Amino acid sequence: MPAAPDLNLDHVAKLARLALTPAEKAQFASQLGDVLHHIEQLAKVDVTGIEPTAHAFPVVNVWADDVAQPGLSVEAALRNAPAQREHMILVPKVVE
Amino acid sequence: MNYEAVIGLEVHVQIRTNSKVFSRVGAGYGHPENTLTDPVVLALPGALPVMNKAALDAIIKAGLLLGCEIAPVCKWDRKNYFYPDSPKNYQISQYDQPMCLGGAVEIELPGAARNVMGEHKKIPLMRIHLEEDVGKLNHFAADSLVDYNRAGTPLMEIVSEPAMHSAEEAFAYLTSLRATMIFGGISDCDMEKGQLRCDANISIRPVGQTTLGTKVELKNLNSISFVRDGIAHEIKRQIAVLSAGGTLVQETRDYDGQTGISQSLRSKEMAHDYRYFPDPDLMPVKVDEAWKANLRAECPELPFDKQRRFLDKYAVPYTITSVLVWDRALADFFEEAVRLGGKPQAVGNWIANDLLRELGAAKLPLAKSKVMPAHVAGLVTLIEAGTLLPNAAKEVFAEMFATGDQPAAVVERKGLRAAPVDVGELEQWCRDAIAANAKSLADFKAGKDSAINGFKGSVMKAAKGKADPKRVDETLRKLLAGM
Amino acid sequence: MAAELFFKSIEELGALLEAKQLSATELMRTVIARRQAVDGRVKAFNSSDDADALAQAAASDARRAAGQARGPLEGIPVGLKDVIAVAGQPLTASSKMLANFVSPYDATVTVNLKKAGAIVWGRLNCDEFAMGSSTENSAFGPTANPWDLARVPGGSSGGSAAALAAGEVCATLGSDTGGSIRQPAALCGVVGLKPTYGLVSRYGLAAFASSLDQIGPLTRTVADAALMLGAIAGHDPHDSTSFKAEIPDYRAELKKRQGPWRLGIPKEYFGAGLDPAVGAAVEQAIAFYRAQGCTIKEVSLPHTQFCLDTYYIIATAEASSNLARYDGIRYGHRAKGAKDGVDLYAQSRAEGFGPEVKRRIILGTYVLSSGYYDAYYLRAQKVRTLIRQDFLKAYHEVDALLTPTSPMPAFRLGEKSDPLALYLCDIYTIGVNLAGLPALSLPCGFTPAGLPIGLQLIGQPFREADLLAMAHTYEQAHDWHTKHPSL
Ligand SMILES: [Mg+2]
Ligand SMILES: [Zn+2]
Repeated sequence: MPAAPDLNLDHVAKLARLALTPAEKAQFASQLGDVLHHIEQLAKVDVTGIEPTAHAFPVVNVWADDVAQPGLSVEAALRNAPAQREHMILVPKVVE
Repeated sequence: MNYEAVIGLEVHVQIRTNSKVFSRVGAGYGHPENTLTDPVVLALPGALPVMNKAALDAIIKAGLLLGCEIAPVCKWDRKNYFYPDSPKNYQISQYDQPMCLGGAVEIELPGAARNVMGEHKKIPLMRIHLEEDVGKLNHFAADSLVDYNRAGTPLMEIVSEPAMHSAEEAFAYLTSLRATMIFGGISDCDMEKGQLRCDANISIRPVGQTTLGTKVELKNLNSISFVRDGIAHEIKRQIAVLSAGGTLVQETRDYDGQTGISQSLRSKEMAHDYRYFPDPDLMPVKVDEAWKANLRAECPELPFDKQRRFLDKYAVPYTITSVLVWDRALADFFEEAVRLGGKPQAVGNWIANDLLRELGAAKLPLAKSKVMPAHVAGLVTLIEAGTLLPNAAKEVFAEMFATGDQPAAVVERKGLRAAPVDVGELEQWCRDAIAANAKSLADFKAGKDSAINGFKGSVMKAAKGKADPKRVDETLRKLLAGM
Repeated sequence: MAAELFFKSIEELGALLEAKQLSATELMRTVIARRQAVDGRVKAFNSSDDADALAQAAASDARRAAGQARGPLEGIPVGLKDVIAVAGQPLTASSKMLANFVSPYDATVTVNLKKAGAIVWGRLNCDEFAMGSSTENSAFGPTANPWDLARVPGGSSGGSAAALAAGEVCATLGSDTGGSIRQPAALCGVVGLKPTYGLVSRYGLAAFASSLDQIGPLTRTVADAALMLGAIAGHDPHDSTSFKAEIPDYRAELKKRQGPWRLGIPKEYFGAGLDPAVGAAVEQAIAFYRAQGCTIKEVSLPHTQFCLDTYYIIATAEASSNLARYDGIRYGHRAKGAKDGVDLYAQSRAEGFGPEVKRRIILGTYVLSSGYYDAYYLRAQKVRTLIRQDFLKAYHEVDALLTPTSPMPAFRLGEKSDPLALYLCDIYTIGVNLAGLPALSLPCGFTPAGLPIGLQLIGQPFREADLLAMAHTYEQAHDWHTKHPSL
């Protein structure tokens, strides 16, 4: 099965922040090509005038009152941090 | 060639709430790093958002104040992008169904003189939506540190139409918008604390052209003056480029308010593709008439409306109203003093001049003032009745300001009550004064009205300062008319 | 011969505990010993904190001694799929990405289980981030089917089904996005219930596809499923999609609801690709219900053929966004030697995620990307409406639908290496998630090779009590649930 003509794997992988190896790229291109080919049949469904379903059982105005509750301690918040300094998460220099 | 600038502003305003927009951990400024987090704020596995009712109230209120159409139903979308200050790597925002549509910000441009009202305009708004703020990155030479305290703070994005044409208009827009938010109790809008943040989209085009020119986005305008300066600078830069035969590129530029220099930000590695889609973790918001009516009842009068009313109802001079109406507490102070019987013009003068000067000198906010509306009303009433003379009144005010004592009490204690002057006695002093100033009499007769002042000094001297200047003036004019 | 202690139902164990013929500590020790004996072969557990479990058991015994037993799960060891948060315990989602992550908080279901007296013990293997149908996509290696160790237990809640079938725990929780509770339950010969969307809180469940995910129980019997559901169901203010539904006493309702029911047989669920042995067992179950006086009616769910595509668009789109948080910044795997911030993301995620997760993130990112949203995601959301309408229309005529759970019994480990072939395992289960309905799988026989077969009952929204009663009626008349694998 050919790769989906529209699927620019490099672009999409970049958007998704996933570094793919050449082998993964080749494999995914073919596998996702199959899946996308299968998915093409959705175009056959007549959806004129059909509302999209975002929630199976939609209700509205689900909210909480604005009452502050205690959160996590700094220790708990940073417990799983791969790198930290001065009670903050350390990240490589960010280029805007 | 003559160019016209076209400016649109994107303003982010933090809503003042107790808890965050999608979780109940506290929200606030100036707390130790990473002490305002919970599983939702940190986007831990399994955490889910729950809307904050107060944030919804606030944005609806903002929409009502600005005359927006409040969407009967709005929903939440995810804006997907990766950045270390964004814990989920998507921002919960509103894409195609924002809470507020349309509306306008009323602005006033500078008048011909300080005491002349300038032109008023309505800058139309495109939309206002609610979203969540991100954390704060602290940059160092080799790395950056992230504090997530700010992440999840409710944030309104207020987007204007590209309908402003000068830096002055942008400045006036922000001034008015900021006051509206403060009046509404929606935000403190402290730009230093990042509670109000502004990006400007600026383009120029030859006068008469209707299509828009190449747009430059100016970022990091972190004070209202910097917004004005940055925009003015950018318009000049664009005109210079085009005038020199160059072309403008669509870009984002960073303006440094300290140096007054802007520079192009390195373009992002890839074009943005935010992959918006409805957030399946949140349910839509439905706004009915009752909800809107409740919030409308809480909406305060906005500064320009207040100003029109003050001019109309109290006949206070424009310059005084423009001092009073931009501070809700000050305007309320004024109206209370008037309600208590003070003559509006005099009350306005005492507040706008003396009270504000003294508060400024003492570095006190109005809320800490010992002088209350009743004091000002009392003071003005004493002067009006002739019981207190202007010079003495200044002394009484200073004493009230220091002690908080009522004006009548200060007057008695300091013996400042104006002596009741006998009519006959006053007339005699006036005759003596006229007789002693032949030159002034001649001038007055020749039509020089101000020559009357030449007699007043002598009268006051004779009265030992306790004559009411108004009565002195009246008496002198009566006598002079008969000569 | 009476069943071994570790094969007894919650009801049976509850009676022993209440009669003080058994202590929670003894039960916990028995279960720990069983795990030690068999999990080397089954590999259902990612981790377990035995000391903590024994401490919980001791506390349970103390409560009972003080006359303060909490509820029907008092002293019962319950294992959790490793996508459900337990404070102070690892939460790995069977991913290298979260290999060292310890949750600082409890999921709402965890809180609810503890409130009902359960001993929360064990982190059970699954497909990475619940993406898969075989539990082969786990960074901890695959789990084996206790009935045939060369075969898969199904997935993604394969560890939850296998641990239960192997007697390593008395009940478990799984999560079901497209069949991930029901299919492994079918393949391992246990009961699995996927509740109505919104009945059970998702707070604390590492999200795969938010609009489809539901937590539900896997148990030995239908009555146990009723007890477990009663403990975990109910409105949760921490989950905005949680529904304010009436929660009946599901266990008590089993007796009250006797039928006869009108059962629909969706013709699209009995086509090509259905294993003959599975088909035959389901036909026999249909015959049973008919004999009970139930009306059996063929119905049509005409959009069934589009379920798979609709599901893969919606599920992967939501997943691509839900899994964006796994970036190695605040927690999780961080790659070493990344050259900048962007590279740190790409490398950490490349190293942290397995191939199926990457494939789905790519697919989901693609269908949401600029220019494709309308053609894929929006269209899928509309087709979802049609699929949902098919079910609701069928419910005008019938009380529930009866189908096979899985088109095939447990297959061999490594047999389905092609993702699309594996996706086809879910064809009978995903429509239920798209429509948000409750559905239950219960054992209905064995293949000639001795592999369990599952029967699926699909119910009406929030009518789990009826669904459980229908299943209970069947179970009472059969002894499939009394059979256990020999290990
Ligand atoms: Mg924006
Ligand atoms: Zn924004």
